[in-house]
Amino acid sequence: MIDISFSFNLLTDLQTMWQYDFMQHAFEAGTIVAIIAGIVGYFVVLRRSSFAAHALSHVGFAGAAGAVLFGVDPIIGLLLFTSGGGITIALLGRRAAARDVQIGTVLAFMLGLGVLFISLYSGYATEAYSILFGEILGISANDVIVTFVASLIILILTAIVYRPLLFASIDEDVAEAKGLPTLFLGVVFMLLVAVATSISVQVVGVLLIFALMVTPAAIAQRLAKRPVHGIMISIIIALFATWIGLFVSFYEPYPVSFFITSIVFMLYVLTLIFQRVNTWLSARRMHFYKHED
Amino acid sequence: MTKNFPPIITAENLTVGYQENIVWQDANFTIEHGEFVAIIGPNGSGKTTLFRLLLGLQQPLQGTIKVFDAWPKRGNQHIGYIPQRHVIDEETNLESLELVRLGFSGNKWGLNPFSNDDRNAAYDALKSVGAEELTRRSLGRLSGGELQRVFLAEALVSEPHLLLLDEPLSNLDIRREQELVQVIHNVVRSRNVTALLIAHNINPLLPVLDKVIYIANGKVAIGKPDEVLTSEALSALYGIQVEVLRGSQGQIAVIGTEENQHHYP
Repeated sequence: MIDISFSFNLLTDLQTMWQYDFMQHAFEAGTIVAIIAGIVGYFVVLRRSSFAAHALSHVGFAGAAGAVLFGVDPIIGLLLFTSGGGITIALLGRRAAARDVQIGTVLAFMLGLGVLFISLYSGYATEAYSILFGEILGISANDVIVTFVASLIILILTAIVYRPLLFASIDEDVAEAKGLPTLFLGVVFMLLVAVATSISVQVVGVLLIFALMVTPAAIAQRLAKRPVHGIMISIIIALFATWIGLFVSFYEPYPVSFFITSIVFMLYVLTLIFQRVNTWLSARRMHFYKHED
Repeated sequence: MTKNFPPIITAENLTVGYQENIVWQDANFTIEHGEFVAIIGPNGSGKTTLFRLLLGLQQPLQGTIKVFDAWPKRGNQHIGYIPQRHVIDEETNLESLELVRLGFSGNKWGLNPFSNDDRNAAYDALKSVGAEELTRRSLGRLSGGELQRVFLAEALVSEPHLLLLDEPLSNLDIRREQELVQVIHNVVRSRNVTALLIAHNINPLLPVLDKVIYIANGKVAIGKPDEVLTSEALSALYGIQVEVLRGSQGQIAVIGTEENQHHYP
């Protein structure tokens, strides 16, 4: 690799980076994925379906590995398997999404199936590696277009179901009594997760999907009392982690997904500490007020 | 006030249940406009089933039931509903206003980012149940009584004509119970809505009730509290000797109806 060093002038740094097609594609796809993961992730956390979403990405692993084996683009396998898995989980009902043992069993089986497909495939082991942990620096211009189109579909669909999905996620019984098709909304939600997972896998891989789809949204829900603010915070965190991760990885020889997961993890821990200190301080303040009376 | 309007609910020879298993049968009753009705009965006697029927979530096995002079249908915008709920997740950080807001616009598809109607309606609804100070509070941090007020606001925000409240008084201490009954009573009178309220204990409701529906032993009895809550009426309902005792301030205790004695047909 050419020797490039960090110059403390962000503008020239970015200009240098974007001279390389692979960095440009990485930034484009990373940005799109971060926005989508931030939005869909908010609903994942709100509906307490993070384990189901995690499992869905493993179903996607089997799909991607199968696609590689049969010489098809992995994203096709990902989309097919995650959508199928998502619809199945949704049709089993809301409560099924919280059944961790059953979901975990399917998750393990799908991972096993993926391993079989990978071992049958006589090509490089790097294929498996990139599906599992992401390969954002290997994204082609074509991948960016696919990612963009998929995101557009997710955005439009989310805008259409936004209020009913929010209602069904927070207060399912009343939403149902008000005539909302809660089962259908569950299916739409799982399809959103499936497509979002499929495009996120390029960035962080199936094993680290939590870092983009769950952690930023979990932080957002701790900080925001309104869904709109929550979604915005979730997007900002996912974007921040992705951009910094890409930026740093340009200078350091370590994987991008490591940086992304580390950043969101640190933010999560910082949020927890901040909130604890805050509660402690306000408790103390209350204590003092009481004694002043 | 009851003379100018047709009945809100009419049930004729109504039998409900799940296939082979009849929950209660041959119920006949009418609920008039503006009435405050308590529904009392042991666990599993089919009180919530009546609500599911009215909401169009379940069909009767036999007989007819009409709400607003029509067969019940799901998504009736004239009905406000508080389901039976145990707890709200303590982690839920969303503010009360957001939940109430969804009661107004949560069933609308698409986005409407430039309208503040739902926020205003939600705030007014919270205010009308004396809960405006809860507007910005997190749902997960509310006490049982506060939460029920927010649920009531959520049910009221779409300005329904009929309120179905499933055990809003459970898990409240006596003072909160009385406060909430007063709030519900005020709403019923000032908005001239009809309210059906499922409860375990009728005593906090006695001062404000118009009618009682007593469901037990697969049968349904209805009438004014003084007519239904008597030893004779309840003994006939249960089919065993039941005694109704009165306290010095009119409080009621029903003796002899331990739930494990029930035999369903």
